[in-house]
Amino acid sequence: MASEGELTSTGYVQHHLQNLVFGYHPDNGLSIAANGVEAADMGFWAIHLDSMFWSVALGALFCWLFKKGADNVTSGTPGKLQNFVESIIEFVDENVRDTMTVKNPLIGPLALTIFCWVFLMNLMDLIPVDFIPYVFEHYLGVPYMKIVPSTDVNITFGISLSVFALMIYYGIKVKGLGGFFGELAFNPFSSDNFIIKWLFVPVNLLLEGVALIAKPVSLALRLFGNMYAGELIFILIALLPWYAQWALSVPWAIFHILVITLQAFIFMMLTIVYMSMAHDHH
Amino acid sequence: MNINLTLIGQAISFAIFVLFCLKYVWPPITSALRERQERITEGLAAAEQSSQKREEAEAEIATMLEDAKAQAAEIVAQAQKRSNEIVEASKDTARTEADRIKTSAQAEIEQEVVNAREDLRKQVGSIAVDGARKILGGEVNADAHAKVIDDLVGQI
Repeated sequence: MASEGELTSTGYVQHHLQNLVFGYHPDNGLSIAANGVEAADMGFWAIHLDSMFWSVALGALFCWLFKKGADNVTSGTPGKLQNFVESIIEFVDENVRDTMTVKNPLIGPLALTIFCWVFLMNLMDLIPVDFIPYVFEHYLGVPYMKIVPSTDVNITFGISLSVFALMIYYGIKVKGLGGFFGELAFNPFSSDNFIIKWLFVPVNLLLEGVALIAKPVSLALRLFGNMYAGELIFILIALLPWYAQWALSVPWAIFHILVITLQAFIFMMLTIVYMSMAHDHH
Repeated sequence: MNINLTLIGQAISFAIFVLFCLKYVWPPITSALRERQERITEGLAAAEQSSQKREEAEAEIATMLEDAKAQAAEIVAQAQKRSNEIVEASKDTARTEADRIKTSAQAEIEQEVVNAREDLRKQVGSIAVDGARKILGGEVNADAHAKVIDDLVGQI
């Protein structure tokens, strides 16, 4: 439902894909963007209130739930919550231990947070597309509300760039500055001849640099693309007459249960693999 | 699809959540898991140990039972033997006692017979003397002819 009131398909879809942006507009000053153009005008110094709200709320939910599980933890017979929390932690821990050759106490919690948080953010996709935005628009006067944070490229990049920063940090910490850049400069082409070896350096730097940059970009875009596409299809299904929607939305939602779990798992797994690579000596 | 501050906000909240997890969630649960693993291992070991102990105890019980049975059988056999002995002994005592009573009774009877014979002899002697006296008319003196009478008595 477009804010202007006209009920066109394009307007409906666009409305659903627009974040609630708060920032400094050149003409209106500090304000909430009324439409996509205004949001674009705000440039970098703006914030997606809806994405931030939902992602922080879901992250807090995850922390609260797991903290509750951890507070009542016992090595005896576990309760229901403890069972649930333990099985997830054990699953993550198993993956970490299978992949990591080096022990690092940060990787487990990092992987757990990514898995649960991304999963919860993806899970928002299964809430019918109009429920929450409708309530916000008609009862709270909020024009835009995008409730699936992982369909916001900022959110996915926020996580993947943090992972990237950790990769570089641990890469330099473990291998030293020389070792880290040596890996970039003398791989994959190398030679025993000193001159040829240095001649390969620009080529290697280019190749390895691209490969390095590709990691966070692919990590973020994979999740974003999957969730954005899924959300878009839900929105398109919502354009059908109300009595026919279930025929498409139900199968797609069931299929999506697999997708959201898989995407959370892939994000976690790749993070572990990248971390493991950062710790490995070649 | 604008890149904006959301990215930084997300990175900050991500860092906070990871640190929260690292401090409050991960350590207690993994340590509880490890502890439980140890307890299960210990429990399994203890179960195995106790089952082994039970087997040993069962074997011991079996041997003890065997011993007890053997002992009981021995005791029964001994008791039987002893009772047999007692019966035999009492039979022997009874037999000798009976024999003794019998012999003493026989001796008494014989004594009585001898006494009766003696009396009879004496009576027969006196009757004979009386008879002879009556026949001979007082010529027979019991004292003077005692030797004869005794001979006669002895012949009876």
